[in-house]
Parts: sequence; C-alpha cells; structure tokens
Amino acid sequence: MPHIKPILAALKRHKAGTILIALQIALTLAIVCNALFIIQQRVTRLSRPTGMDESNLVAIQNRWVGVTDAAAAGVLTRADVLALRQMPGVQDAVQVNAFPLRGGGWSTGVRVDVDGKKPIAHTTQYFMDEHALATMGVKLIAGRNFRADEVVTTDPDKIQTSPQAIVSKALADKLYPDGSALGKPIYLGDDRTPSTVIGVVERLQVPWGAAWTDDFAENSVILPVQLTGNFSTYLIRAKPGQQAELVKAAPAMLTKLNRLRVITGDRGVRTFEVVREQAYKSDRGLAILMGVICLILLAITAAGIVGLTSFWVGQRRKQIGVRRALGATKHDILSYFLTENLMIGIAGVVIGALMAVGLNLWMVTQFEMARLSMAYVAAGVIALLLLGQAAVLAPAMRAAKVPPVEATRSV
Amino acid sequence: MFAYYFQLGLRSLRKNPVLTALMVMAIGFGVAASMTTYSVFRATSNNPIPQKSSQLFVPQIDNWGPEDAATTMGEPPPAMSYTDAIGLMRDHKAKRQTILYPVGVSLIPADANLLPISERSYAVYGDAFPMFDVPFLYGGGWTTAEDDAHAAVVVISKAFNDKLFHGANSVGREVNLDGRNYRITGVMDDWNPQPLFFDVVNSSAFPDPVQLFIPFTRAIELKVATNGNNNCNKSPANDGWEGYLQSECVWLGYWAELPTETDAKAYLQYLHAYSAEQQRAGRFHWAPNERLRNVMDWLDNRKVVPPESKISLLVAMGFLVICLVNTVGLLLAKFMRRASEIGVRRALGASRKDIYAQFLIEAAAVGLAGGLLGLLLTGVGVFGVSLVFDPRIARLATLDVSLVLLTFAVAILATVLAAFYPTWRAAQVQPAWQLKSN
Repeated sequence: MPHIKPILAALKRHKAGTILIALQIALTLAIVCNALFIIQQRVTRLSRPTGMDESNLVAIQNRWVGVTDAAAAGVLTRADVLALRQMPGVQDAVQVNAFPLRGGGWSTGVRVDVDGKKPIAHTTQYFMDEHALATMGVKLIAGRNFRADEVVTTDPDKIQTSPQAIVSKALADKLYPDGSALGKPIYLGDDRTPSTVIGVVERLQVPWGAAWTDDFAENSVILPVQLTGNFSTYLIRAKPGQQAELVKAAPAMLTKLNRLRVITGDRGVRTFEVVREQAYKSDRGLAILMGVICLILLAITAAGIVGLTSFWVGQRRKQIGVRRALGATKHDILSYFLTENLMIGIAGVVIGALMAVGLNLWMVTQFEMARLSMAYVAAGVIALLLLGQAAVLAPAMRAAKVPPVEATRSV
Repeated sequence: MFAYYFQLGLRSLRKNPVLTALMVMAIGFGVAASMTTYSVFRATSNNPIPQKSSQLFVPQIDNWGPEDAATTMGEPPPAMSYTDAIGLMRDHKAKRQTILYPVGVSLIPADANLLPISERSYAVYGDAFPMFDVPFLYGGGWTTAEDDAHAAVVVISKAFNDKLFHGANSVGREVNLDGRNYRITGVMDDWNPQPLFFDVVNSSAFPDPVQLFIPFTRAIELKVATNGNNNCNKSPANDGWEGYLQSECVWLGYWAELPTETDAKAYLQYLHAYSAEQQRAGRFHWAPNERLRNVMDWLDNRKVVPPESKISLLVAMGFLVICLVNTVGLLLAKFMRRASEIGVRRALGASRKDIYAQFLIEAAAVGLAGGLLGLLLTGVGVFGVSLVFDPRIARLATLDVSLVLLTFAVAILATVLAAFYPTWRAAQVQPAWQLKSN
C-alpha cells in the first residue's frame, strides 16, 4: 500500500480534475441507485400473480346496441353466457363486472362490525356466478363455491346485499386476523345487513395494476350477482390449445347470435396475455428505460475516468520515470494510480450516497414513491468503486510500463 | 477568424479521435435522452386550448361533506351530481356553460350488412361548441331552443362523415343512433385536443378523437347512463333513473366560460352563495366548500401528466448533467495537453481573448457533432417511446422542427457552457513557463 500523503499532495495540484471525477461518480451513484430502485419496484409489481390460471383465458367486452331497458339487456347477456358455455373449445365461461388487471371495476370499504364507522379494509367487488372459480382457475382453500340458486340477477342501481360472499385470503386475514373468517359476517360499503363468508380463495388480484392499488392489491370479494345493463364482459376459459381459435370463433358466434352489439376497440377481445401486457405496459417500459439509462450512465462515467486518468498519466510520464529510476517497482506505480482513484472514488460515493437519499426523499414527496432501501445505496457504492478501479486499470498499467529512462529525457 | 478557428478546432479534434469520440458520444447520449423524454413531457403537459385556457373553468361543489372530503384532503368531488349541475345550469351565471358526460351510443348503419359502430361520444349543451372552439366543416352546433326541446340532433366528426357519407355535406340528413333517428346539424373538422381537457375525469386524458355529440337534455330523457365513472358516497335513496338523478352520486362534468378575471371572481362568489343556499335548505350539513379552476390548473389538479413522464424527464436531465461534467473533464484534459501550443501562440502575440475564442469555437464544434449524434439518437428514441409509454401517449411524441432546433441548441449551448472552465484554464497558461520547460 503506497503512502497516502504524496497522493493527496499530487491531487491538490489537480483540483479540477479530481473534483470533476468525484462529482461525476457522485451524480452517477445518485441516479443509478434511484433508477435501480424504481426498476426493482416495477418488476415486483408486474410479476405479481393474479391468483388465476392465466393461460387459456379470453376476455370479451360487449355493448348492446339500442337496448335501453337494463332487464332486457340482462336477458340477452344471459343468452350469450349460455351460448359461450356450449361452444366447442370452451371449458367454462362467466359473465363478470370486472376481472384482475382489466383496468376498471368496483371497489368499496369493508367493516366487520355493523356500527363500525371506519372501514377496516378496502376491497374490490366482483359480481359473478357459480362458474367464476372454475373459469378463472382460482383455488378455493376453505369453504364452498356458490350454488346456482344463490345467484341473483339485478340492475346495477338496485343491488341488494348478498347473503353469501367468497373472499380472498388477503382480505380474510385483514378482516379476521385469527384466520376464522369462514362463516363470519362482513359489511360492504354502507350495508346494514351482513354478507356471510362462505368461501376463501387463495389469491385474487383487483382489476387494477397501478401503484394506487398497492395497499389493497389482493383484497377481493366475489358476490353471487349477475349485473344487467348495456355492457357485458365475459371471461372464457378455453380448452387447452384452443385459445387462438376461440379469439376468432367466440366473437363471430356472438355476432351471429345477435348482430346489434359492438365488440370492438382495444378492449373488445383480448387474451389474458394481452390484458397483462396492457396493464403493466408503462411499468415495464419505465423499468427498461431506467435500465438502459443506468448502463449508458455507467459506461460514460467509466469513459470519463479513463480519459482523465490517461491525461494525468501522460502529464506525469517524467515524474513516473524519476520514481522508477529511484527504485519504485512497476507494482508501486500501478498501485499509486489505483489508490489515487480509490480515494477520489470514496469521496465521490460519500457525496453520492447523500445525494441518492436526498433525491429519493424528494421523489417520495413528488411521486408517492417508496423510501429507498439502504441496500441499494450500498450496492451502488460497491459497483461504482469497482467500476472506477476497472476504468483506471488500463491507464495505470500504461503508467507502470513507463521506463525509468524517461527520467533522463526532456519532455 | 471564426472560420480559421473552426478549422483549427476540427483539426485538433481529429488529432485525438478517441477523446473526441468520447465527448461527442457523451453529449449525443445526454442530449438524446433528455430530448426524447422532453418530447413526451411536452406532449403530455401540452395546453390543449391555448387561446381560451384561462377563460374556461371547472366549478366543483362539495355535496359529500367533510367526512368524504377528508380522504381527498378537503377537495370537493371532481365531478358533479345531477342536482347541482342542473342547478348551476338553471342559474346560467356564466357567459356560456355546459354539462357533459360520456355516453355509450352506437351508430346503426343504414346498410343492414354492416355491424353497428360505437365511438367516443358525449352528451353536451349547444354552448359547448363555441366554448371549446370546435371547428366545423359543415353546419354548426345546435341551438338553445333545441337544447330546451330535447331535440334529436347530432354533431358528427369528419371521420364519421367520411365513413357514412363519403365526405359529402351531410347537414340535415339523419343517422340512426341506438335505433333512433338524429338529424345532423354539423360536421366537425379535424378536432382532437390533447389532453382531452374537458373530460380528463373519465378518459385516459389522451384518448381517440371524439366522434359524436348529442344534446345532454336528450340523453337524460332517454336515460342514457354514463359511459364513464360514477361515484356514490351512499346508495341512492330511491330506485330507478329518477332516484339516481336525485341522488348525491357524482358523474357529470361542468364547464363555464368566464372571459375576464372579474367574471371568474363573481362566479366563485356565486358558487359560494349556491352552496350556502343548499346549506340553508338543509341539503348540505356543512359550510360551503367550492373550487373554480381554469383549464391548466384543472389538468394539473387531475395529474394528467403521467408520473412516468415526470420521472424519466428528471432522470434524463440528471443524465445530461453527468454527461456535461464528463465533457468538462475531457475538455480539460484535451486543452491542457496543448499547454505548450498555447504558450507558443501567446508568445507570438495572441491575446487571452484569442485563446478564449479559439477554444470555445473548438468546443462548439464538438457540440455540433454531439448535436448531430444526439439528433440521430433522439430520432431513435422518439421511435422507441412506444416501448416505454402507453401508445396513446407515445404517438403524441414527435420529432418536429422545433425539437430538432432545440436538440442542436441544447447540445451546442451545453458544450460551450461546459467548455468555459477548461478554456479559462487554457487562457491562464503562462507563455514564459511553457517556453522555458521546452
């Protein structure tokens, strides 16, 4: 290990270059830490499971034309569902008001006490029938499914409290932390009458994938209700291998059944793969963007270090020659430059770590982001110090190759 | 002199191709990243109606009370109940005003072989057309009399007119919407304000163009439900459509045109008086809580600019700063390597000013090259934003003349700015020192 004092003395004569490298390392650290953190958050979100068996699912959104009476539309919708279930290639189908990642649905507060003023949890409400669990491929872990005679068909304006409800495990645990939710009452919205939990499913995500749903992402209630009205949404489970065929056949069959409908637009017919991609498009995009920026940033910082150190080596050829002539080994010269870079790097990462935390705190207030975990700062610090050492290696080796005879040459 | 220095600069840049390439790439990447994200930011923070954005206002009335407002930090709901919207409409205190909501109407083509078409449609009052400066190809909006008569009239888009009437003047002809005939009063010219300021509550803010407008009064009479959001703080007391209209559910947009600041102030007072009146009548059990925002304030309040756009702009700006710090370092290395050359020039009579001019011009040449690379990369970037952003937003980001000019301006300006310190150092070179050591 060479003495630090002469290095410090030399650095004092290169204040500008030293400060520039340190500053660059600091800024890079601040941005890379935060970018990595954003990437990790987004990737966590977009790899969240919905709780459904996502392969072989197709979603169709339909709108009735010229039907103003909700009940009449309900009859047409029911005919659609029955026809879909009869289709070859269809394993099961269900009419829904929403499904995970659809991007629009219902949500409300839940209480366990009829007089409770404040809801204990927020939840989404899925209105489906007894085919829901089989179609979605959701796993029932306690209790039972709905029976056909429990399903009520109603206008959205006139929804009555359902006596039965199936809840997701996340919601069950939130409402009844001791795990005894089965058979217990829950009160949805401003209901005065309870719904009894008859079943618990392992997992079922809400219809949204965005950040604002993070604190109730898996709180779901399924109610045995079929909503009537101008819009209807169908979730269809294709038999294995039949999905691609069904994407074309199902809308064609529906149009044949009744022409006065609209099934178009970017939400008309979607496989669940498309649903997932659309729901998380901006999350995935931002993660990719941040990743690319991080890589280029690290490359540019490394290039900057190479450039400035090369300049220093060129400037000091004579001094290096003198040191070599006075007995310094190649190794001494190499470690001189490595140590010099390490010292600048340490100064840079200390400032950078502070900036990273500061930037994150500011973003927390601006963009409702989470707090930066110190692990990221630590990882960034190590990465940048290693990067600095790697970048300085080539110029330093060139410096080590300066022959002692250089001392005798002028310029 | 400029041309000579420029030549000198180019020659010097050729002398250290690696260092030059590093600088050009740093600037190119930095500028491209910030310009690409800026193009998206510019599109999303666009003023959709610049000539009138300070005259169009959204009133908000708190019909839910402090308990619900607590979750929104005291903000009244972002939409209006039917009761309040009709109340404001009846009082008619603004120069122009309209209630609006998205409706899901479908057009049934006369040709029985064609399937129904459904596009983005709104129910509005006739005032909406002059208010929002909607351009017309043929005809115009409908009249107040037609509003009052719940008339079956419709305004269609140019695209619709092209599809149905092959671009002919279709004013006075009829179209079948959901099984009922509507008379066309006007055909809009291309009109697609982005963001769709008048309905950011229900739409993604950057939706496809609006294709149809029908009278609000007609839509209500036909009990056409909203195609957008409906929020209720409690279930409607009475059943059916009438019960829904009487409820405190919020689902309607309201816009008022108030040409001067005095008008806006007076309107805010009117909103206060209206809420106070509702409190006296026993409908509101809380003090009046109202808001009045113009277009840009409203877009800001509804957070129309997606957070991804802001975050990436921020990161890209930081990226540019790092690239510039990098450039400062590299330029310093480059200029100081030529200390002896500077010494000779100074000894031969060049003033400090000459040195400044020479090196700043050399830096500008680097900036120009960086700008060229940056432009190329910005082109790639703008093409690639659709990978990152919602395609509806991505298609708004375009590489136009102003962005090209801005790219060059930022590249050159940034490089020259970065060159100030290295140039100052170069100008400080003592001629005697350099000559002596030689």
